[in-house]
Amino acid sequence: MSVDKNSRYRSSHEWARKDGARYLVGISDHAQEALGDIVFVELPEVGKRLNQGEAFGVIESVKAASDVYMPMSGTIVAVNDAVSGDPALVNREPYAGGWLVAIEASAPAEWDGLLDAAAYEAEAGKE
Amino acid sequence: MNLKPEPLAFELSSPGRVGVALPKGDVPAAPVPETLLRDELKLPELDELTVVRHFTRLSQKNYSIDTEFYPLGSCTMKYNPKANEVAAALPGWKGSHPLASARCSQGSIELIWKLQESLKAIGGFEAVSLQPAAGAHGELAGVFMIRAYHLARGDAKRVKMLIPDSAHGTNPASCTMAGLTTVTIPSDAEGGVDMAALESACDDTVAGIMITNPSTLGLFERNIEKIARIVHAAGGLVYGDGANMNALTGVLRPADVGIDVMHFNLHKTFSTPHGGGGPGVGMVGAGKALAAYLPGPIAVREGDGYAMAAPSKTIGRMKAFYGNFGVLVRAYTYIRMLGGDGLRRVAESAVLNANYLKARLEKAYPVKYPRRCMHEFVAMGNFAEGVHTLDIAKRMIDYGFHPPTIYFPLIVPEALMIEPTETESKETLDGFVEVMLKIAEEAKSSPELLREAPHATPVGRLDEVAAARCPVLCYRG
Repeated sequence: MSVDKNSRYRSSHEWARKDGARYLVGISDHAQEALGDIVFVELPEVGKRLNQGEAFGVIESVKAASDVYMPMSGTIVAVNDAVSGDPALVNREPYAGGWLVAIEASAPAEWDGLLDAAAYEAEAGKE
Repeated sequence: MNLKPEPLAFELSSPGRVGVALPKGDVPAAPVPETLLRDELKLPELDELTVVRHFTRLSQKNYSIDTEFYPLGSCTMKYNPKANEVAAALPGWKGSHPLASARCSQGSIELIWKLQESLKAIGGFEAVSLQPAAGAHGELAGVFMIRAYHLARGDAKRVKMLIPDSAHGTNPASCTMAGLTTVTIPSDAEGGVDMAALESACDDTVAGIMITNPSTLGLFERNIEKIARIVHAAGGLVYGDGANMNALTGVLRPADVGIDVMHFNLHKTFSTPHGGGGPGVGMVGAGKALAAYLPGPIAVREGDGYAMAAPSKTIGRMKAFYGNFGVLVRAYTYIRMLGGDGLRRVAESAVLNANYLKARLEKAYPVKYPRRCMHEFVAMGNFAEGVHTLDIAKRMIDYGFHPPTIYFPLIVPEALMIEPTETESKETLDGFVEVMLKIAEEAKSSPELLREAPHATPVGRLDEVAAARCPVLCYRG
């Protein structure tokens, strides 16, 4: 399992990372490994406002379909069309090309409440 | 099994070959306009014998409960007694027409009424509707009923349904279809509902909870009465997912422990065929609070006879005519053959069989929640380096067993969900155990044998990823 040191995490395995004024959101390497080969990614419409912990999309692998949750509250300002066309990108590059959505955070302080890389690694390692 | 791969009907086609000779036309021929003719369709051209052999060979590749053991967890693949078929084939049932008047359909409506009464007694319900055609259809009916109940009380803010994380995926799907939002309640260390999480989720926006008991872990939810009390105290209602009712028939009436509305899968618990996707019946039963909201019409007594009538606050129809009537005849036959004592023995034997398999297998296949199980148990298939549950499941096919449900419930890693049902003999269960133990040995001694399985089938390991990512849905020859 790899973790991205610049991202922060939710226990439900999503990461968020500052990217200029916005935050990029994706799922962790641990999550993509547990899901197995991803075959379908459903992403929200740009402009949708969601609270922290609300589901923003669905990731489907050959094993299961799972909701993915907002690590922080905010508005969807971009979605990664590349993963809709090539869902395996989430398996190959969970922290880079396989990002899912970009959000404009409505409560940036929520960032401080997320797990840092070391804490997430310790928690996910216990599963 | 016939191991030769069967070509597609398209590949057996020979230009100009026909299987039937149409009679000479006795009306003037009207040519199809050329704009409507489609050369690219390439419909197969075959003679009758080729067609008969093609489909007979395909049928020989079928796997069914009538041929082999089928321990598919959560699906209750029990034997369906042939007496059910004899009853359903009686000319009076088989020939009944859904548009015949109630006066001419008294026998059919009487059967529906009697089946309703039987299911009311089994569940402790106030009333029952036999309309929904599947478990998820019954869930949808139940969620609509809960929503209608709150709206009728002017309580429109109740839009939140609580769903344990071990639930069937159909539970949140039914809520979403009914316009409700879902809140996932985690499981505690013993596999039950986390009571603290439940209490903190209960506020005045809660429409209810959807609970499966026994849960999909095959465990009896010991706090069920407390859960119902907490949700009721918050103003919510309790939906029971009856997928696992086979563990409870004749032992526990769900309404007695606080369930307000529930579906039973007649095609699981009450032995009607469902291997090929139906037809099913997801009967819904309700207690006092929700009985008036049941989908309708349902069968009622009218004078000396019977009639179909809508409950007073019904959510409406879920299915045309009388629902899947043939399934109702089979389920009623089954219930009457067994009687109350027999139904209790069904549950007891189903639980005994599952615990027997668990006891013999749990050393080789670890069980995450090891307490005594009900009608099924969930083991894990990740005990050997480089071997996954999928590989074990595929290897089982080589030994002639249908693989169990795998990778569900989601809260157990590498889940293998095994449900033997009550209809299997000890010899069959022992044969299954021997094979499972042998596969566990193979997983350690020759893992490649598992990773490349199945070997004894017309085609080997299918590339499920490619099939999902780049499906080919039309013949391209």
